[in-house]
Amino acid sequence: MQTPLSSIILVLFGSFIGSFGAVFLKVGAEHMKGSLARLLTNYWLGVGIALYLLSSVFYMMGVSQGQLTVLYPMVSIGYIWAIVWARLFFKEPFTKAKIGGLAMIIFGVALINFGNA
Amino acid sequence: MTSSSTVFEAAAIDQRAEARRSFLLVFSCTVIGALAQILVKQGTAQLGAHITLSQALGHPSLVARFCVGVITNLKLFIGYGMYGVNTFLMALALKGHELSRLYPIIALTYVWVTILSIFLLPGEHLNFFRTIGIGFIVGGVSVLGMKK
Repeated sequence: MQTPLSSIILVLFGSFIGSFGAVFLKVGAEHMKGSLARLLTNYWLGVGIALYLLSSVFYMMGVSQGQLTVLYPMVSIGYIWAIVWARLFFKEPFTKAKIGGLAMIIFGVALINFGNA
Repeated sequence: MTSSSTVFEAAAIDQRAEARRSFLLVFSCTVIGALAQILVKQGTAQLGAHITLSQALGHPSLVARFCVGVITNLKLFIGYGMYGVNTFLMALALKGHELSRLYPIIALTYVWVTILSIFLLPGEHLNFFRTIGIGFIVGGVSVLGMKK
């Protein structure tokens, strides 16, 4: 069983959408205070959860075809977006560890795709 | 003097015990999370949909039909239920702890998913490049949280 490129693209797209979910959840968590009413009207959290749900729809459409041993590791590309958004929106610096870790992740994902060919 | 040093020692033991507890909790979360992934894969395979990204973006009705299939599938229900419990447990374990120090454990999820896939899913196999690739991903995720 081969893993179609369209499945890989769907999983990557899902993890891209999900990375925005994390940004909204973080802002929502920072605004989180006290009462249940405030929690329910915390739109940042709402949008974050909605983006996570949307990303999982794309993920599911992706993994419905092909091999999980190829598709699941593609989720790790989400770390790239998370670190870029953290720099852009929350001024979290790029560290040597982050750059080194990302380089290893990208190399690993490339190897898995190479192994799929 | 003696009593205050005993208090410090007791506090240190408490802290170590708590660190070990979160370590174990996060470790179990990676195994539960990997099992959930297997169920999600089996569930979506049952739906038998062939949708590409451009079809999904161009035809929302296809996506809607897919979603109806998703919410009526038992394996997906259980898989995402486990995923929800997992997220809750993880939040408990991480409370008051630094997430970055637990990255190496969280990265093990990639190993469990690979092993479980080979044993529990049809048509899955490993080869040299995939094995090394997963090693690099686990290593990469592990170092992400390091200071400096």
